[in-house]
Amino acid sequence: MVENRPILNVVTHLVLILGIAMVALPIWITFVAATHDEARMLQAPLPLLPGGYFFENFKQTFLGSGLSGSETAPVWRMLLNSLFMALMIAFGKIAISLLSAFAIVYFKFPFRMGFFWMIFITLMLPVEVRILPTFEVVADLGLLNSYWGLSIPLIASATATFMFRQVFLTIPDEMLESARIDGAKPMRFFVDILIPLSRTNIAALFVILFIYGWNQYLWPLLITTDTDMTTIVMSIKQMLEAAEQSPQWNIIMMTALLAMIPPVFVVIAMQKLFVQGLTETDK
Amino acid sequence: MAKIKLKDLVKNYDKVEVLHHVEGEFQDGEFIVIVGPSGCGKSTLLRMVAGLETVTSGEIFIGDKLVNDLEPADRDIAMVFQNYALYPHMTVRQNMAYGLKIRKISAFEIDRRVNEAADILEIRDYLDRKPRQLSGGQRQRVAMGRAIVRDPQVFLFDEPLSNLDAKLRVQMRLEIKKLQRKLGVTSIYVTHDQVEAMTLGDRLMVLNGGYVEQFGTPIDLYDKPASVFVAGFIGSPAMNFVPTELKNGKVALPGGTTIDVASKGAGEVVLGIRPEHLVANDKGAIEIEAEMFEQLGANTLVHGHLKGTTHPFVASVPGHVSNESGTVMRFDAPKEQVHLFDKSTEKRLED
Repeated sequence: MVENRPILNVVTHLVLILGIAMVALPIWITFVAATHDEARMLQAPLPLLPGGYFFENFKQTFLGSGLSGSETAPVWRMLLNSLFMALMIAFGKIAISLLSAFAIVYFKFPFRMGFFWMIFITLMLPVEVRILPTFEVVADLGLLNSYWGLSIPLIASATATFMFRQVFLTIPDEMLESARIDGAKPMRFFVDILIPLSRTNIAALFVILFIYGWNQYLWPLLITTDTDMTTIVMSIKQMLEAAEQSPQWNIIMMTALLAMIPPVFVVIAMQKLFVQGLTETDK
Repeated sequence: MAKIKLKDLVKNYDKVEVLHHVEGEFQDGEFIVIVGPSGCGKSTLLRMVAGLETVTSGEIFIGDKLVNDLEPADRDIAMVFQNYALYPHMTVRQNMAYGLKIRKISAFEIDRRVNEAADILEIRDYLDRKPRQLSGGQRQRVAMGRAIVRDPQVFLFDEPLSNLDAKLRVQMRLEIKKLQRKLGVTSIYVTHDQVEAMTLGDRLMVLNGGYVEQFGTPIDLYDKPASVFVAGFIGSPAMNFVPTELKNGKVALPGGTTIDVASKGAGEVVLGIRPEHLVANDKGAIEIEAEMFEQLGANTLVHGHLKGTTHPFVASVPGHVSNESGTVMRFDAPKEQVHLFDKSTEKRLED
């Protein structure tokens, strides 16, 4: 589209601006709400311009006990918990799926396709479906209220295995043969050739999986009872339901704002690789 | 540097035999070309020597060592692939050094060997580039460099020139030949291009449908093709064939004329004569009704058919000739240039 058509330009810009406004407005309101005091947030109409309580709110939320009158961990602790969980899930999933895809694509062993389909079928069983037996297992292993318990049950991933399988299938066989002639043993080939070649796909998957891990709600809610182990996503919800209180929107919104920062940071940092990983076909 | 011996080599894919009892002995330093149409098993044979395919039965020796069960890396070979198979994320230098690094050769020695190979192949200027920044010809050189630095006993080439354009192919062909001469490493080269095969090989192994049709020097194959297949495959344009009858040292042509041949036998035969061996002669026995003339500059290809039949026939005449379509041209076939093959077995009839 190289033609110069001013009216079309105006229209396309209008549509884009409208789209951005729709996405940005809730975030703006979150930000505004985080800068007022508690009393102002309970009055109508909702403020649309920032107030002067940003740092007070920030201090109380991030370092203090957060919601007054309830026993939650300080938000920095929750952020750290969420970060650990999300990172463990993302790295764990990537490591496990890389290895299983490697096995399925490059090794011939009995029932290879059987195993592949077994992994593939688990796509149909999300965490919610198998949550009771999983809880039982984790509880029996004594992993309640631990980072291991938060992350391990979520690590197995059919989607990522399938994706890496597809990536490996696009790598020409000659690459393997060439490495064999060069004397590379399987794990050496995996580390020296396969992983660098799927670098962009790993980055793309990392972004997706980090956000998946970060947004986990149901599972952490089930297995953490200790306030020191709560994650930020579940506690936002808990704050809303704090008993016998009107919601303290300023604190809740500040928490939400803080909860947004790490995923945004991950996306920005990985953006270039992420886009390459999703669009690149040339090997 | 080593001899290679193939003993009664058989390859099956799911019970289908694709290579049938291949025998061969390649001398130290020899340049062997395995040639044949696609699907004849030539790449399979090469990959068996490389250790990338298992051997169903038979034995492969490199030097005096039986290598059937050795990993490719332990066979002391280097291979150049059709699509080069360079590691895209490594620089040219790293590509060439990778195999040496795995062998735990000292960094100093790796550096020396890489630089030496880079000098031979004139790729020193782009040692620090990635493969995707190189042209096809340059990648080809890098692939060869990767083979050279290994200092192997055997080079294996799997149609290495087929991804290059025509001009570059001719140039690289010469370079491969020179390089092989210089290094004196026993080489096996697989191609479907008979010109490449003729120019490169000290000896050619012609494969057809998994059988070795003939194994000999290029000139042997050209002068004394062992079968109709080899006769038609080697030489360009391809040999003319006419099914006919042999009697009293003469063969009859469909037009009623006869030509003298050296053979004394009798029976149904296939007569073969190369286009470039036909001699124009107004009283010649071979009458061709010309249909088309292909001017190649130095000579002209006359495409037509034997007069009175639909047998296609091609003659190569020196200089520029251009007649109208339908003109009848007559040729002689010198006795010693006529090939006779048994009609049922398609094997060469000895003189």
